[in-house]
Amino acid sequence: METGLKPIGREQWWVFLLLAPTLFGLLFGVFGSVFATLGISFFSWDLLTPPQWAGLENYLSLLSDPAFGKSLANTTLFSLTYVPGVIVVSLFVALLLNRRIRGVSIFRLIYFLPVISSAVAVGLVWSWIYARDQGILNVLLRGVGLQPVNWLSSQMALFSVVIVNVWGAIGEGMIVFLAGLQAIPRDYYEAAQVDGATAWQEFWKITLPMITPSIFFQAIISTINAFQAFEYIYILTRTTGGGSSVPTVVFTIYRTGFNYFRMGEACAQAVVLTVIIVVLTIIYFQMQRRWVVYE
Amino acid sequence: MNETRTLAETSSQNVSLHQDIRVQRVLADVLTYALLLIGSIAMVGPFIWMLSTSLKLPADQFSRTLIPNTATLENFQTLWAMLPINYLLINSFKIALITTIGQIITCGMAAFVFAVVRFRFRETLFFVLLATLMVPSQVTIVPNFILFRALGLYGTQAPLWLPAFWGGAFGTFLLRQFFRTIPLDLAEAARVDGASLWQIFLRIYLPLARPALAALAIFIFLQSWNNLLTPLIYLPADLEQTTLPVGLALLQAQFPGRWTIQMAGALVSIAPIILVFFFAQRQFIEGIALSGVKR
Repeated sequence: METGLKPIGREQWWVFLLLAPTLFGLLFGVFGSVFATLGISFFSWDLLTPPQWAGLENYLSLLSDPAFGKSLANTTLFSLTYVPGVIVVSLFVALLLNRRIRGVSIFRLIYFLPVISSAVAVGLVWSWIYARDQGILNVLLRGVGLQPVNWLSSQMALFSVVIVNVWGAIGEGMIVFLAGLQAIPRDYYEAAQVDGATAWQEFWKITLPMITPSIFFQAIISTINAFQAFEYIYILTRTTGGGSSVPTVVFTIYRTGFNYFRMGEACAQAVVLTVIIVVLTIIYFQMQRRWVVYE
Repeated sequence: MNETRTLAETSSQNVSLHQDIRVQRVLADVLTYALLLIGSIAMVGPFIWMLSTSLKLPADQFSRTLIPNTATLENFQTLWAMLPINYLLINSFKIALITTIGQIITCGMAAFVFAVVRFRFRETLFFVLLATLMVPSQVTIVPNFILFRALGLYGTQAPLWLPAFWGGAFGTFLLRQFFRTIPLDLAEAARVDGASLWQIFLRIYLPLARPALAALAIFIFLQSWNNLLTPLIYLPADLEQTTLPVGLALLQAQFPGRWTIQMAGALVSIAPIILVFFFAQRQFIEGIALSGVKR
């Protein structure tokens, strides 16, 4: 049964008017763009000369392009470390904050600070913290007698960037998990305590199954964010030539499209990225049936 | 005799059990606070280090002390001399404000229609709109770029705020959820009194939805204020037109290793946001929590 007011007479026009911007956005902003991206990906186009039909050439050249392969590998590795990292750390913080202690709101505020801060500004601070010779992290390492680490070298940079990304996303994940934790009925724990369950058992048998919907939600959001990571990569790993020591797919799209103006190729890369994100989302929803507990 | 002894024994056992539990609880609280404090240092540390470095003399930038030996505002003077910071601040603010207004108006209108008005294909259309949440913004950047360039808008600020006026799945979804919590009886009663749909929207729904509108506004404003990719594409080098994040990225590229100035720049870009955050903390957190989606 659909509910709502039925528009009368001239009000039909109001309905159309109120929806007009959204319809325009759907038609041109989203569907038009998606089809255009798909279309352009079959052309070779530098914006200066007319586009030339290229067929599948852009896609075939991506297959054999080691740089694109590298960026796919970087993005995958990034997601595989970032997603579990965010989930584990922010769930842990949420569990601590859920213990009904004083000062929760202050801690919440503190953990939330990076979420609202400009990624560029935060990236600048971290590049200072990670700096090889005088960065505070290596100063501290040397202080305790350890070897300094070249945090932003091409071997380490991905790992270092993941740390910053996880650090920046804890506040957001914490809010999601706190909401999930607070929705668990208290009687479950009371019943478990009557049965003599330990805190450890309570966590594994009640808390964790009950917040699987939140974990599922956070996993999807984090995966999508991971595949679109750009800002920290740009600020922390940019090389003097304008490239990156650990380019991700989005960074590569930006480079190809807006530094080299190879529009067809950039569109082909965007199509590949979209297909990956859609396939992953579908896989997540398929897997959801196996481990997400709904009451 | 026997009975009383057993009773006494049990009660003393009970007392010690209670004490055990209380001791355990205090220990757990102490551990919780300790862990949260360590986490807080990791969260706030980079911000403190940013502030500290920005107040140091350039010659002292490697001094490693938290409190600057000589506190100075020299870096801010240098920053203002090197970059047209006032322009960048005004541009960022202007673009974020227009973007917020555009999204609030167009998403609000569509959300009202989806929540309140009954019409054919409402659910289908809403589902299609929601599905577009899966489309990553990278898919649309190339065609948008080509379109705006063809319209002669490359190198202007319009491409940064114009798309805000064609609605969006995220804002519409968020506001629709809120609008649906408002009892339909209100609208029906107003209708009986002769109010039009437009009046019902303006006089009843918008005022009642103020908390949700505030949360969405903050979310959109932040997203625009912190965005790097879009201004980097459309205004990569025009310092009088571009936004603060692009200015900071240029600062990083042009003055590598001059940390005191870079930190001053980073501070300028996050200070306004953090100031507002302390006053409107609840709306900030709701804005992010309602969605969980950051992009």
